[in-house]
Amino acid sequence: MTIESLAVIVIHLALAVTLTPVLIGVMRTTRARLEGRVGGGVWQPWRDLRKLLSKQPTRAPGSTPVLTLAPILLMASSLMLCALIPLVSTVALPGVPGDLFVVVGVLLLGTVALALLGLESGTAFGGMGSSRHMVIAALVEPTVLLSIYALSVPAGTSALAAIVQARLADSASLLNPVSLLAIFALVVVVIAETGRLPVDNPSTHLELTMIHEAMILESGGRDLGWLELGSWLRLTALLGVVANLALPWGVGQDAAPLSLLVGVAAITVKLLVLGAALAAAEVFIAKLRLFRVPELLAGSFVMAFLSVSASYLVF
Amino acid sequence: MTALEVPTHLVDAGLIAQLLLGALAVLVAVAAPARLRSVLTGSVVVLAGIAAAVTGSAALVGAVGVGLQIPVVLPLAAPLEPLVLAPDRLGGLFMALAGVVVALAALFGIGYAHGPAASRTGWTAFSVFAVGMQLVPAATDAITFLLAWELMAGGSTALLLADHASREPVRRSTVWYSVMTHLSFLFLLAGFGVLAAASGGTSWASISGAALTGTPATTAFVLLVAGFATKAGLVPVHVWLPRAHPEAPSHMSAAMSAAMVKMGVYGLLLLTLRLLPTGPRWWSIVLIALGTVSALYGILQASVQADLKQLLAYSTTENLGLITTAIGVGLLLRDSGQPAVADVALVAALLLAVSHAAFKSVLFLGAGSVLQATGERDLDLLGGLAARMPWTSGAFGVGALGAAALPVTGGFVAEWVLLQALIHVGAQADRLLAIVIPITMGIVALTIGLGLLTFVKAYGIGFLARPRTPAAAQAHEAGPAMRSALVLGAVLVVGLGLAPGPLTQALAGAVSAGGVATFGVTGLSLEAVGVVLHPVALTLLAVAVLVPLVAVNAVLARRHPRRDVTLAWGCGGERTSPRMEYNATSYSEPLVRVFRGSLQASHVVDVVHHDQSPLLVEQMTYTQETGDVIEHRLYQPATRLAARIGDLARTVQNGSIHRYVGFSFAALVLVLVVVAL
Repeated sequence: MTIESLAVIVIHLALAVTLTPVLIGVMRTTRARLEGRVGGGVWQPWRDLRKLLSKQPTRAPGSTPVLTLAPILLMASSLMLCALIPLVSTVALPGVPGDLFVVVGVLLLGTVALALLGLESGTAFGGMGSSRHMVIAALVEPTVLLSIYALSVPAGTSALAAIVQARLADSASLLNPVSLLAIFALVVVVIAETGRLPVDNPSTHLELTMIHEAMILESGGRDLGWLELGSWLRLTALLGVVANLALPWGVGQDAAPLSLLVGVAAITVKLLVLGAALAAAEVFIAKLRLFRVPELLAGSFVMAFLSVSASYLVF
Repeated sequence: MTALEVPTHLVDAGLIAQLLLGALAVLVAVAAPARLRSVLTGSVVVLAGIAAAVTGSAALVGAVGVGLQIPVVLPLAAPLEPLVLAPDRLGGLFMALAGVVVALAALFGIGYAHGPAASRTGWTAFSVFAVGMQLVPAATDAITFLLAWELMAGGSTALLLADHASREPVRRSTVWYSVMTHLSFLFLLAGFGVLAAASGGTSWASISGAALTGTPATTAFVLLVAGFATKAGLVPVHVWLPRAHPEAPSHMSAAMSAAMVKMGVYGLLLLTLRLLPTGPRWWSIVLIALGTVSALYGILQASVQADLKQLLAYSTTENLGLITTAIGVGLLLRDSGQPAVADVALVAALLLAVSHAAFKSVLFLGAGSVLQATGERDLDLLGGLAARMPWTSGAFGVGALGAAALPVTGGFVAEWVLLQALIHVGAQADRLLAIVIPITMGIVALTIGLGLLTFVKAYGIGFLARPRTPAAAQAHEAGPAMRSALVLGAVLVVGLGLAPGPLTQALAGAVSAGGVATFGVTGLSLEAVGVVLHPVALTLLAVAVLVPLVAVNAVLARRHPRRDVTLAWGCGGERTSPRMEYNATSYSEPLVRVFRGSLQASHVVDVVHHDQSPLLVEQMTYTQETGDVIEHRLYQPATRLAARIGDLARTVQNGSIHRYVGFSFAALVLVLVVVAL
């Protein structure tokens, strides 16, 4: 059991690390083509990463260990997310059942690492990005926890593996209002947590509206490489959760080679399609003003709340 | 836990030891020479704290002593019963909690206390406060309880006054503190009076034996909740916290915020679980409302504060609000026929109390260390301390992680248990639950989110980036006593997060909750709701993930070493100065905008124009004031009313001797008339 679940975790990590740059490449290419540009190609994020990781990072006098530790911490948090989330199979380590509150805690560790890095740089941009990032993280929190609540009421547990299994067993429940409202609220959460449009524009540099880029502006070389990969991995993990909750088919329920193979193929297809859809949607929307973002988040909160209330009426 | 063999005399011996050590501490504080006073008195108080921790832990795991009887020798008309000290399991928990916090605070105080706080009065007050606080949960009747309560209140008021000669705000905050403390005492006195009158005895046993219901029970509930809420710093009677905590010497702030306010929680638990366990449903709704409003209001105020100790004080209101919410949810569920989930909620309340004691001690002690090193509590004037104060910075960071409820800390475990209790409520058949529980969950979630922002701000602005003032640039690390207190506290925060199982099991015994077991040796299994948390396994997994990552990083670092540059990038520009950094005020500016309705901040932009032309700006100042809305709306009218009544009373007392003689005569006539009737 333990050996099997460790093997599943290794597969999760390996798949996430290899697939993520491709996912980002697909998303960028989709967007470029729809906007009438050629784009850098699907493999460009891989090349960027290789370039960044083999460059020297810099250090300013008076800087603290946070400068070095934050990128590693973000990477660790993102990799832990990929290990805890049932991307390929619901087999989990005993004692670490991928509890959703633990998953959120691990995610927030990465959020905090980024925010501290933004403050560490000691420039106005870093602080600005960090402040906005944390305000959004704080306002997203109620939606996150309430949608977890809504999803765990039917399954009777907050363990992600068990929730996915319960949804596989009862496919009819996927289309009921509780599930749809919760999934929709989760999509808004993913958009806000990973800094996609309309909350943050991932392809801006040096504009007063940026959030994520402002925090990592002072990092370069290897540090920047880890930060980029860590943020991309967050996107993979969170999209993976949404994909496997909304469309749980294909997720393996044991560690047999065949079901793992099916699981790998299924999640790859789901992630690439979902990523392309997200990128396509981003072409048609503009970034919201920062002070309109709380309205979006309040809307998603209402959906999560309705979902919880409905879960008591439906089940 | 009954399998654990604890010598029966341990509790009694521990109680005697606490009283003796308390007396010794007062003696040493008065007699010791100034040079040795802090070291000697501090050490004795540390011992008293350890004695309380041991006694309390023994009582927590079920050791029962014969009880310590102290005969009352006052020449009163009606002889009082002897005072009896005998902590039960719940009392033992709070005694142990107070003891650990007192030991940490006193250890820190050895290095920290200076000036008036290190005077004879200062250390005497601290000793009296510490021992009084440790004895509150040992009381078995209302008289003993109130006596210990007043020792705690008196000692803390005296020490709060320590710096009154040098700083004016100290005097004002002491007035607020003593008014609120005595308000709390009056409520308690009245509440216990009602209970004693209705049940015919002052001891807990006789009150709970009478099984009161109806008007006396409701009156007592309202009065006692008001009294305990005032001590616990819940909204709307929280106003003393943000005044008293910042102005008290920091070791005192830590003891007040981490332990003293918990006596309010102990009182609430004593009231609702032991004295009046069969209250109507609206009692629990009252507690949930008090708790959720306090949690949200507290953290919202904390998130916009720039004063580090004020921020921590408001965060105490938030945490105590969460604890009260958990108690309320537990009672509501007990009443709704879901005892298993109710037990989980009550255990969550105790875990929140314990973890808050650990991380808030570290945070206040860390703030004290910063205050001593820089003379500043204003985050807007700090920065860059992590490079100069690595120990303080590390410990404060761990405390902040705990306060932000991130893994792997005690704060995370406590909030995880609370959230598990909330999501496992079966609300299908109960409309009230179907409304109350999701709303509670939403508020708790927003509180957690804002808590995260607050502590990222407190740590990031205070300890990272570049120093904003020369004082921050010349900070120095704290001395060995202070450092060891900080490190011990940080170890507690992480220890509670790594091995929550055994402690939680002991806590479950204190509220006679079932369905809590250990998972493995250190993990926690809530069998009642069928979930497990194994932080050690989680940590091992994280280490397994980190090893290859760090290895790759090390190889890359060997090949491409880090390059030192003389200037921070500054976005490519070279003329960045620390004045251009984000500070605490600007960090929370978006939040002030989002919550402008409840924060009601006022902004003043002061522009000084150039002499030559009004188009040129010479200087600009921006000031932001975030007031306490509740204070404006509730307390200012009340104080104005009191002042007006005082003015009216002045017309009666005009200083004329004839009038006073007339009053005496009228009073005499009145007495005669009453006697004649």
